[in-house]
Amino acid sequence: MTAARTLRRESSELSGYAAAVVRTRGGRLSRRVHVRSAVVCAVLGAICLVLGVVALGLGEVQLSAADVVRALLTETSPLVETLVVEWRLPRVLLALLCGAALGAGGAIFQSLTRNPLGSPDVIGFDAGAYTGAVMAIVAGGTLAYVVPGALVGGILTALTVYLLAYRRGVQGFRLIVVGIAVTAVLGSLNTYLIVEAELWRAQMAAIWGAGSLNGLDWSDVRVVAVALAVIVGPLMWFGSRLRVMEMGDDAATALGVRVERDRLALIVLGVSLTSVVTAVAGPIVFVSLCAPQIAKRVTRTAGVALVPAAFMGATLLLVCDVVALHAFAPTILPVGLLTVVLGGCYLVWLLVSQARKEIA
Amino acid sequence: MTTREPAPAARTSPEDPRPGPLEARGITFGYDGRTVGSDLDLTVPDGAFTVIVGPNACGKSTLLRALSRLLAPSAGSVLLDGRDIASYPSKQVARRLGLLPQTSLAPDGISVMDLVARGRFPYQSALRQWSRDDADAVHAAMEATGTLGLSARLVDELSGGQRQRVWVAMVLAQQTGLLLLDEPTTFLDVAHQIDLLELFRDLNRRHDRTIVAVLHDLNHAARYADHVVAMRGGAIVAQGPPREVFTEETVEHVFDLPCRVIDDPVSGTPLVIPLGRSSTEDTAVAVPEAWATVDR
Repeated sequence: MTAARTLRRESSELSGYAAAVVRTRGGRLSRRVHVRSAVVCAVLGAICLVLGVVALGLGEVQLSAADVVRALLTETSPLVETLVVEWRLPRVLLALLCGAALGAGGAIFQSLTRNPLGSPDVIGFDAGAYTGAVMAIVAGGTLAYVVPGALVGGILTALTVYLLAYRRGVQGFRLIVVGIAVTAVLGSLNTYLIVEAELWRAQMAAIWGAGSLNGLDWSDVRVVAVALAVIVGPLMWFGSRLRVMEMGDDAATALGVRVERDRLALIVLGVSLTSVVTAVAGPIVFVSLCAPQIAKRVTRTAGVALVPAAFMGATLLLVCDVVALHAFAPTILPVGLLTVVLGGCYLVWLLVSQARKEIA
Repeated sequence: MTTREPAPAARTSPEDPRPGPLEARGITFGYDGRTVGSDLDLTVPDGAFTVIVGPNACGKSTLLRALSRLLAPSAGSVLLDGRDIASYPSKQVARRLGLLPQTSLAPDGISVMDLVARGRFPYQSALRQWSRDDADAVHAAMEATGTLGLSARLVDELSGGQRQRVWVAMVLAQQTGLLLLDEPTTFLDVAHQIDLLELFRDLNRRHDRTIVAVLHDLNHAARYADHVVAMRGGAIVAQGPPREVFTEETVEHVFDLPCRVIDDPVSGTPLVIPLGRSSTEDTAVAVPEAWATVDR
């Protein structure tokens, strides 16, 4: 393409629209960018980069940032190379990829349900994945069964919640209420399974259920990266419809969205994003709940947006994982534990502040 | 609200109407197996301001949903430019037919400009997100609805009348020749209702839009419509120019409401004055005796 890209800000002409438009000269391609979101994403990206380098240097063998960069880009001693590239890098990459996936997955559900509580962990997905994993542990007993078990459990639960909530189409609020009910039922089932299981199986289930990036390596990075690469295309395609679907089913249909089909596609995408992470790392809850909302407040977008939520999720999970790994060294906390504590505080704050707003 | 000049008498619909851009042919429609209307035919007159009236639950909003493909009829078909509306790609319909639904949700924290811009969705794609045409259409829609001055405001902060204008701007940004409006004036005070109706008339006459609106107020319908469709029990019981539809017999038949019809001293259109059920029986309203002691 020879046409030079011209960047123009149309916000001066149309105030109230803080967007820049990048467009080819002929106008065949154009991309609208929310300026504040772009800045926020750039800042979050920079934070991830810096924190990633710091994280690669932390551990029993402390390395300087210069050592880390040298190990990543050029040849260094095999020992440092193994330490940084083989052992520590997969963990940092997984934190970023999983965090981004959870953030985007949460944004999809919060947008579809038009509710800050509408995230996969609240509407039963994680509980279902846990049930699947525990059943796999009870029946099989090796970790090899856990990944498919968690996948099947999570997806079956999502499907169940969708069908139970379906009545002339699916409404957001019904999805949340049904999801909470299903989560409660699965919670008691999970407890029963663990109480009945032999001790070593129960312990294995508990370790998986805490959600952790411990012991993951490059093969896990590949799994997550490939899955995300497959999902990202359709996600961008259907994601643009979220903006319109937020205005209600009637308005969205009138604007040319096939609401029920697109909603199902987006639910499938959201569940896929969450299930990939859960299968690999166990249930890391609350990232998908918090990331989109924090991103929304920082970027000041109308409704939740996918890309800033993904950046925010990546940043959150990396921060949490670094803290989980090093704050109480030599004890390593499962990162899932930390996100629960953080997310719990956030949830209390959200409920209290919303309740205040409604009273006022 | 300033005083207005007398509005010109409503146009009468043409003697032999052109084939309508939107037609219902023998449609049966309803929800979950509950039929609201069956075997209904309707041709929307091209270039006219059509108003659908009828008592609550007569199926007028449901009919509008069927006409705008929000609801698939269980029998018969809705034709858009002579072709079944269900056979078009959804975005193509959205470039031809705009709908203002009864309820829409503004995402919290959305600015007026951003909301109106979402009306451009049918013209956008993943690769082409914002063209010069989009900017022009949004500007024109806000100009026509008098919302340009609000563009930076948040939709949540607006008054009911302003908000409804913004939603109309969103639909106008779709640049459709056909506009379907489902009870657009319901939650507004009378001044804003008239404001909005004048806007619709303006869009119809000056911008050549074909409009179909569901309205509750018969006198508004009489004053602004070129063509009135009166429904009862899911069927069309009368249609034509306001003067033909708003007769004492028809109104009583459609609404079970005895009334007088006189000429509107301002517009010359029919003015429906309800008599109330009791006044026809020449008796005072029978007030139960117990009410007399109730402390009001």
